[in-house]
Amino acid sequence: MSSNGRVRWRKFVSNFMMTMTGVCALISVSVLFFILGYLVYNGGTSINWAFFTQLPKPTGEIGGGMANAIVGSAKLLLAASLIGVPIGFLGGVYLAEFSGSFVASIVRYAADLLNGVPSIVIGIFAYSMVVLPFKGFSALAGAFALGVMMIPITLRSTEEFLKNVPNNLREGAMALGASKSKTIRTVIIPAAYRGILTAILLALARVAGETAPLLFTALGNPYWNRGWTQPIASLPVMIYYYALSPYEDYHRQAWAGGLVLLALILIINIVARTILARGIAVPRS
Amino acid sequence: MEASTKPSLSLNIATNPGAPGAREAFASLPMRMTVSKLNFFYGAKQILFDINMGVADKKVTALICPSGCGKSTLLRILNRMHETVSTSRLEGQILLDGQDIIAQDVTSLRRRVGMVFQRPNPFPKSIFDNIAYGPRINGAKGSIADIVEKSLRHAALWDEVKDQLHKSAYDLSGGQQQRLCIARALAVEPEVLLLDEPCSALDPISTAKIEELLVDLKNLTTVAIVTHNMQQAARVSDFTAFILTGQVIEFNPTPHLFTTPGDPRTEAYITGRFG
Repeated sequence: MSSNGRVRWRKFVSNFMMTMTGVCALISVSVLFFILGYLVYNGGTSINWAFFTQLPKPTGEIGGGMANAIVGSAKLLLAASLIGVPIGFLGGVYLAEFSGSFVASIVRYAADLLNGVPSIVIGIFAYSMVVLPFKGFSALAGAFALGVMMIPITLRSTEEFLKNVPNNLREGAMALGASKSKTIRTVIIPAAYRGILTAILLALARVAGETAPLLFTALGNPYWNRGWTQPIASLPVMIYYYALSPYEDYHRQAWAGGLVLLALILIINIVARTILARGIAVPRS
Repeated sequence: MEASTKPSLSLNIATNPGAPGAREAFASLPMRMTVSKLNFFYGAKQILFDINMGVADKKVTALICPSGCGKSTLLRILNRMHETVSTSRLEGQILLDGQDIIAQDVTSLRRRVGMVFQRPNPFPKSIFDNIAYGPRINGAKGSIADIVEKSLRHAALWDEVKDQLHKSAYDLSGGQQQRLCIARALAVEPEVLLLDEPCSALDPISTAKIEELLVDLKNLTTVAIVTHNMQQAARVSDFTAFILTGQVIEFNPTPHLFTTPGDPRTEAYITGRFG
């Protein structure tokens, strides 16, 4: 091949590969936008005020809403946070500030494994730990399953963000007469809280859409929820059942539910980013 | 505590035949802190060997030496910051006003012996909250705002920041940040202030400001400063300890150490033959 031909070949390969990478990037975002667009279109045409205020109508009747599922999801997420966040947060503080590197590496590995456990397995675990002993599906069991899923994310991100706080801030506080626990409380955690809070919100957004662990813990419920020891409705489970049903009206409700769930997760993400953008951050050096 | 009750220095100061009178006057000075027969190890490695020296009350004491010979370690031992390294081991005695510092509660010791570090390390808080941190955690009596103003004035920073006290401390320049850290340390009214190469990360103008400040601080507190900059030691300090490979080679009044060094190694260092 002449040198001229080689240059032309190289230019062809270069242009071809550049086009391919561009096309692949386009495909990956267009999948997301296709889902979003489809959901907004279908959900948007189905959603109405009744969806937020009314209970589901019995099969065959048109109309109704998912008010109980919206409230149920909110309650489940609140209770899941109460279970998962303190455990993950305090565990992360222990790993970052107190434990030896050997213990930390084992706990870290276990947390990563727990994070990778399929959510349906977490559901089975919650079923055997809470549903069976208390002889019944309950909101508590669902919150337990979601809470367990929040632990590893909260723990690992708390540890990461605390470790990223520069050591000279620790020394600065200790040289002013702060004890170790006071240093952690008044300097280290405040320096890291925005990152930790963001991670907790993202963990919340992740479990907000979980269906599998709720199927055989919280179960679902077509009425207003009657307390923590009773089955509770939630958006993902409601969407799951409605989407599988043969009724056109139920499908429309499922689309609306999907849109509300998406909006919820979007709001959580925006709040997380807003938190990250304000306050005083430790500059990177 | 009365000056007369403070332990005076009775150490093996390097002989300086040129200035016997000065040396005797020095030997009877009241010492705020004394270090005797100090040996210090990280794991199996010995860092400091049989250190004897003192920190004179209401004076500036400088520790000079080429890099990596243990001067920062020695300074950190004076408020027990060395304990953050779990493998460290210490032999010998360090007294603050005649009391063993190792036997004391470490947090109350560090309130009395403050420290400013090599790189400015303001907390990610406002200027005001940085200064107020120490008084707040130590349960200071009186108005926090007054303490903040007083400390910033002592650190010669007040006029530059008085209108932006609630801005982030990171908005300040490096030199201002270091003076903020000095003000933060002064806010808990330490009896001794340790400075670990406070100007090494700063430009010459900021360095000059901090040196000026150090000389004024003598009226307020006792100062010990580590520096690898001999000229800086000569400019700001009253006493200088020359340290080499973990040993105190010479500890003398600064003018004498620099004009008539008592040890050939000191002379070699200050005349620039090594280091």
